Amino acid sequence: MRDKLLAGAGALAAVLFVRNLYVMFMQIGDEVDQGAIYRIIYFHVPAFFTAGMCYIASMLASAYTLWKKDLRADAFAMSATEVGLAFAAVNLLTGMIWGRIIWGIWWAWDPRLTWALISWLVYFGYLGLRKAIDDPSERANISAVVNIFAFTSVAITWKAIVWWRTQHPAPVLSIRGADGKIDPAMEAMIYTNWIPLLLMATIFIAIRLRQERALRELDAMRRWAHST
Amino acid sequence: MIRFLKLTMAVAGKDIRSEWRTKESLNASIAFSIVVLLLFSFAFDPASESTKEFAGGLLWLVFMFAGALIVNRSFARELPNDCLDVLIASPLPMAALFLGKAIACFTLLMVIELISLPVFGIFYDITWWNQPGWLMLILTMTTWAMSVVGTLFSALTVNLRLRELMLPMLLYPMLIPALMAAIQLTTVVLTTDPVGGDNYTWVKLLVGFDIIFTSLSLALVDFVLVR
Repeated sequence: MRDKLLAGAGALAAVLFVRNLYVMFMQIGDEVDQGAIYRIIYFHVPAFFTAGMCYIASMLASAYTLWKKDLRADAFAMSATEVGLAFAAVNLLTGMIWGRIIWGIWWAWDPRLTWALISWLVYFGYLGLRKAIDDPSERANISAVVNIFAFTSVAITWKAIVWWRTQHPAPVLSIRGADGKIDPAMEAMIYTNWIPLLLMATIFIAIRLRQERALRELDAMRRWAHST
Repeated sequence: MIRFLKLTMAVAGKDIRSEWRTKESLNASIAFSIVVLLLFSFAFDPASESTKEFAGGLLWLVFMFAGALIVNRSFARELPNDCLDVLIASPLPMAALFLGKAIACFTLLMVIELISLPVFGIFYDITWWNQPGWLMLILTMTTWAMSVVGTLFSALTVNLRLRELMLPMLLYPMLIPALMAAIQLTTVVLTTDPVGGDNYTWVKLLVGFDIIFTSLSLALVDFVLVR
């Protein structure tokens, strides 16, 4: 049943994705100043949103881990962070490609870009820390605290374009109070393309969780084998 | 509340006293920061005018390297003779233990910074007393940020196999907001320019960082120490 659900979600994501590609290339025109390359925003922004969702989910799961001492929540936090890192990497890479075309440089050390990179490194450190702790409940405890700390960098990344004058474009989306800066059809496309990415993230997390469960079962079996 | 403060100060006093008697990490950190200052002078020309533009950055890198040495010892010091287990089992509130250790780290770090600052001024020909009020404010706030986050991460990593490696790897990225603010502001303060305009954003960031991370650490320290 679960397999079918996941496969169904994957099929839905694929169909939506193809439809979005058609609309963004065939129906929505080029941007006046930037030409065709602006379309990267349809991947850049939704990838950041998806990564943000993963980070929020993993932060909440970490808080739950501390509260209830639940190892399954810990496994979820880890899976969500790994998937979030992948989407954050998509966000960084698409941003760099866009920057190469529009700014002429791959990277600019402005607060928004820097903090996006910091968040990436902080979460990478979180995953590294997990590898260094053997005892499962200690690992859950310690990494959950680090995860909650790590989330502050995501919050700063989100607000960086408001707090500083950055080279990264200032907010254009109406959800951030910037009405009329972007064509409604273009803004709608950003959200529409977010849906398949979110579906993909959900599938990845589910698969990663399954691996983690298998790993725990193996571990239990190994311990049982050693004890008899 | 009074009892809590007393306990906090007792822990801080204990840490500072034991450090003062052995001076093992204090001496090492001071020597280390001077060595790093010396090494930086090979990386570029210390006599050039442009040095002033990244003097703030240099200074804080040195302080952060030295700070990692200090906070690393903060909890590791309690490992021999199972002192840490005794401290955790004692009726001391964990928040008091944590805050006391953070205060001890803060004091030691301030000592190191105040010793390295004149050395830095001499080696790099920088007048650092142009705006002493602002400088002290930045030093205090950033050092507190380093101590409070550093002490928490020291508690987190105290039992790990790769403690010396894990602590900086986790600590440095987490400290970047405070560090960026400190570097920006220190560079301004080392010149005669007044702090204002865009730089207030950095002051606000520093204050926010201190408040958020102090409360977050105090809220989470029980989960870190009591297993």
